[in-house]
Amino acid sequence: MALTPTSGPTSASDSNAAPARPSTSSSIATFSPSDPPVPENTILTSLDAVVNWCRKNSLWPMPFATACCGIELMAVGASRFDIARFGAEVMRFSPRQCDLMIVAGRVAMKMMPVLQRIWLQMPEPKWCISMGACASTGGVFDTYAVVQGFDRFMPVDVYIPGCPPRPEQILRAVMDLQTKIQRGGSLNGTALPEMLDHEQLAASARALTARVSVAERGREERFGYRLPGGPGLVGVDETR
Amino acid sequence: MTTSSTTSDPSVSAEADPHAGTLGKLAGRFGDGVFTTSRFRDNLRLHVSPARLFELLSSLRDDCGFAFLAELGGTDFLGYPGWSRARFQVHYVLRDLERNERLTVLAGVDEPRPALPSATPLWEGANWMEREVYDMYGIEFRGHPDLRRILMPEEFAAFPLRKDYPLRGRGERHNFTRLTRGES
Ligand code: SF4
Repeated sequence: MALTPTSGPTSASDSNAAPARPSTSSSIATFSPSDPPVPENTILTSLDAVVNWCRKNSLWPMPFATACCGIELMAVGASRFDIARFGAEVMRFSPRQCDLMIVAGRVAMKMMPVLQRIWLQMPEPKWCISMGACASTGGVFDTYAVVQGFDRFMPVDVYIPGCPPRPEQILRAVMDLQTKIQRGGSLNGTALPEMLDHEQLAASARALTARVSVAERGREERFGYRLPGGPGLVGVDETR
Repeated sequence: MTTSSTTSDPSVSAEADPHAGTLGKLAGRFGDGVFTTSRFRDNLRLHVSPARLFELLSSLRDDCGFAFLAELGGTDFLGYPGWSRARFQVHYVLRDLERNERLTVLAGVDEPRPALPSATPLWEGANWMEREVYDMYGIEFRGHPDLRRILMPEEFAAFPLRKDYPLRGRGERHNFTRLTRGES
């Protein structure tokens, strides 16, 4: 694509790759007719946008598959659904080589420290997908041993509902994450600055609804039986 | 040997009883009062006190041909309607693979410190199964070579399959540090 100084300040190879930040785009939009003409086959954009565009199209997933959802994740990697179409087919089993954690399945309380450690071992920038009802909320496994949503203890970028999610949903999540990567992040920073705001918001929401969840979830006798030891401690005390 | 009155089944005649040989041998070896039997359909169960359990198990293995420990597990009968025996019951399912005979040995243990002799000297396979029973019910197996938790993490303090342990736990599942995007 050829650009001349008079035809507009900036463009990029695809519309998604529009400059991420208004500030940067305005800083390169300072052409004047007296500038020398830009040669042919030249693209002007921001460095962040190019880097994000590269990153989003070559995600290396870390398949943290602990349960049945992992089977669906394997299907996405195989030829019928073919996650390679979105550049995310290189699944690595070493966290040092990955930048996309896909947690597929329930996370037991014994596994949670392992999961956190693997997350910390992944190099920046990194993203995380919570796949399926169990990973996101504990699903039907509301017991002493299963973490009720691993997002209580780790950042998550995209949640996928379903038990298990269809492969199409996983592909959709990858595409959503690509959009997110393109929008946010910078060349060398921790990927998504708006995640920090989001985490603060989520923490305050949790504090607000804690009392509601105790009332809703604290009644074990709603299943029709009463345990000799009395109801478990659920809700706010349990999550702190 | 005594047969408990509630469970003796008149339809099991001595000729048709596949366990007659075993029971005869045991009666010769142990006198009255060491164990009682009960039956459910074609299952034979021997109830024995913890003090004589190891003796009975070795005799079953060495004299009666039960070379294979098929299963070992526990039950907590706290709050079970009409239950008058000890709170915990540990069952040993034994098989004689040559004569295709199967029987169950039941031993009851009670609080405050439930303990049984370990069966690992007889069957190596009892090792992990006893560790699981210990992990879930806190029943101690004396003489076990390596009695550690097998499923729950080492630092777990409770015995989760006990009936007085709440289904959702006491907050152990949510006792982790929180990693944020800024820190990680
Ligand atoms: S969400 Fe459903 S399919 Fe996925 S791990 Fe849980 S039970 Fe299995």
